[in-house]
Amino acid sequence: MDKFTTTTGVAAPLPLANIDTDKIIPARFLKTIKRTGLGVHLFDTLRYDAEGKERPDFVLNQAPYRKAEILIAHENFGCGSSREHAPWALLDFGIRCVIAPDFADIFHNNCFKNGILPVRLPRAVCDQLMEDSRLGGNSRVTVDLARQVVIRPSGEEIHFEIDPFRKHLLLNGLDDIGQTLQHVKKIDEYETKRSESQSWLPSIPVG
Amino acid sequence: MSGTKPRTLFDKIWDSHVVDQMGDGTCILYIDRHLVHEVTSPQAFEGLRLAGRKLRRPDATIAVADHNIPTTDRRLGIKEEDSRIQVETLEKNVVEFGVPYIPIMDDRQGIVHIIGPELGISLPGMTIVCGDSHTSTHGAMGALAFGIGTSEVEHVMATQSLLQSPAKNMLVQVNGKLGLGVTAKDLVLAIIGKIGTAGGTGHVIEYAGEAIRDLDMAGRMTVCNMTIEGGARAGLIAPDQKTFDYIKGRQYAPQGEAFDRAVAYWRTLPSDPGAHYDTVVEIDAAGIAPQVTWGTNPEAVIAITGTVPDPAAEPDEGKRAQLARMVEYMGLTVGQRLDTLPIDVVFIGSCTNGRIEDIRAAAAVAKGRKVAPGVQALVVPGSGLVKKQAEQEGLAQILLDAGFEWREPCCSMCLGMNPDKLTPGQRCASTSNRNFEGRQGPGGRTHLCSPAMAAAAAVTGRLTDVRQLG
Repeated sequence: MDKFTTTTGVAAPLPLANIDTDKIIPARFLKTIKRTGLGVHLFDTLRYDAEGKERPDFVLNQAPYRKAEILIAHENFGCGSSREHAPWALLDFGIRCVIAPDFADIFHNNCFKNGILPVRLPRAVCDQLMEDSRLGGNSRVTVDLARQVVIRPSGEEIHFEIDPFRKHLLLNGLDDIGQTLQHVKKIDEYETKRSESQSWLPSIPVG
Repeated sequence: MSGTKPRTLFDKIWDSHVVDQMGDGTCILYIDRHLVHEVTSPQAFEGLRLAGRKLRRPDATIAVADHNIPTTDRRLGIKEEDSRIQVETLEKNVVEFGVPYIPIMDDRQGIVHIIGPELGISLPGMTIVCGDSHTSTHGAMGALAFGIGTSEVEHVMATQSLLQSPAKNMLVQVNGKLGLGVTAKDLVLAIIGKIGTAGGTGHVIEYAGEAIRDLDMAGRMTVCNMTIEGGARAGLIAPDQKTFDYIKGRQYAPQGEAFDRAVAYWRTLPSDPGAHYDTVVEIDAAGIAPQVTWGTNPEAVIAITGTVPDPAAEPDEGKRAQLARMVEYMGLTVGQRLDTLPIDVVFIGSCTNGRIEDIRAAAAVAKGRKVAPGVQALVVPGSGLVKKQAEQEGLAQILLDAGFEWREPCCSMCLGMNPDKLTPGQRCASTSNRNFEGRQGPGGRTHLCSPAMAAAAAVTGRLTDVRQLG
């Protein structure tokens, strides 16, 4: 996984609440066995009309935002399905950070596994950042994970909260599995203990 | 344990699965059952392969293909190449990693959340995960069950555990009894209407109260299934005698003396008196009428007797715009009665409502009636075992006689990854779980409702209050 330290770039405003994962990437694009190549289908129905032509009024079809690295949205971003294709599509498009008042739990988790930083900030702050972002290419936002700040184009710094363990993994680009496997002895011990205390617990026959 | 703090069902399952603490609250949580399907697993198996890792507990894992499968004759194979590749990839992976697999032509094949409880794979007190948000379904067994992304699927494959932070406890207390013609689906839609699509964020919801205890296991699964639509991580219902009776004798459940020991443990799981909930919501069951969604998220739901709400009444500008967009997308007029809306398609099935009890409810309405002209009505059983039982009980014939189509089990039109899709503008009464824009096919318009309500819509050709059919 790519680490996330800081990112500076154009922020795209998406002033909608409840952006569900079907909107981020519709189910018909989940028939892939790869993680890459989904960026072209990001926000498919918002981005393209029925003939597959770009909708000019959609923010990511407009000049400075085609290269957006940050997305700003309203409440409950990423609700719905557990599809990791949603953060994969964001990442493949080039988005490294999503700022919103809150996120659906599974999507929030999935972002961290892919080097995308989800930042929770109050609605009023998100609205302010959206106003900034309407300046387009002249409006570059910096997100600094180590210092836990979003820096507005004016230079004003806004602090955000993040779980320290997740911050550590993201800053260092550490793989969760590698982390957990450092505790593999504990997992072994747990399994032995459980198989004694709950010996009725059946296994699923293999082969 | 005297002297310890009273704990909720969630607290007990959580505590008994913590392997280690990582500091700052993050825990390594042991996972008892990992359910795998073809859509969210290929990249996880590939990850294992690239890292040279083994799948730690094949005997705690089970795989089935359900999303991409055609509902028509299976012997003809899967026509769509990308769907076929996804299923073939699963079939190769289960062989390579030694994972128990239920083949497509096996009677036990079905939607992963139907077959987990049905085969006795999902048991009380367990932690159960799957790369699918509707894993919350298994919470009806009194298990902590939740959906995960593909990276976490790989994590469970490699370590049989997950890195998790504890959730908050929410109690949804449903007092009183549901009225005649009002089902578990109506109840859970009403709950989501009340708490909202993000009402459960960060929480695990425990459902309790008379109306929940009165539900059969299928109804409890419907309620827990849709918990994710209220934003919660998982839904839970305390196991009771109904749960134990349901489990007894199922293929992968403990048998004989082991079953008795299991029950003795399961009886210790219900929340202790005085256990703390961070959030409590009370619902009066008697006040709930059959529900239908009118908009494009599950919280946009009203009683079938209601009318399309006016977005202008919403004070928040962003929400007002969203409601207006819903009215437009759904092709509705403000103030229009929902029970006048003509429908094109009916879909009865999915992990929400694809069980035998759901098929019975639909057949009870369909019996002696005919599907209205111009309406296509699909019934897709949730598993091969459900299908077989429905055929044995004569339900399939009742539905066929009424003009319904009787299909092969899979996820089907819940999300349209197989050929069953709405075409743009088509209006569907659906027993599935999500009414998002384009969910059942680009431009499709979904009205979520119960199986009885969907069958009523099929025979009248419009959204209908099933209580008026008699």
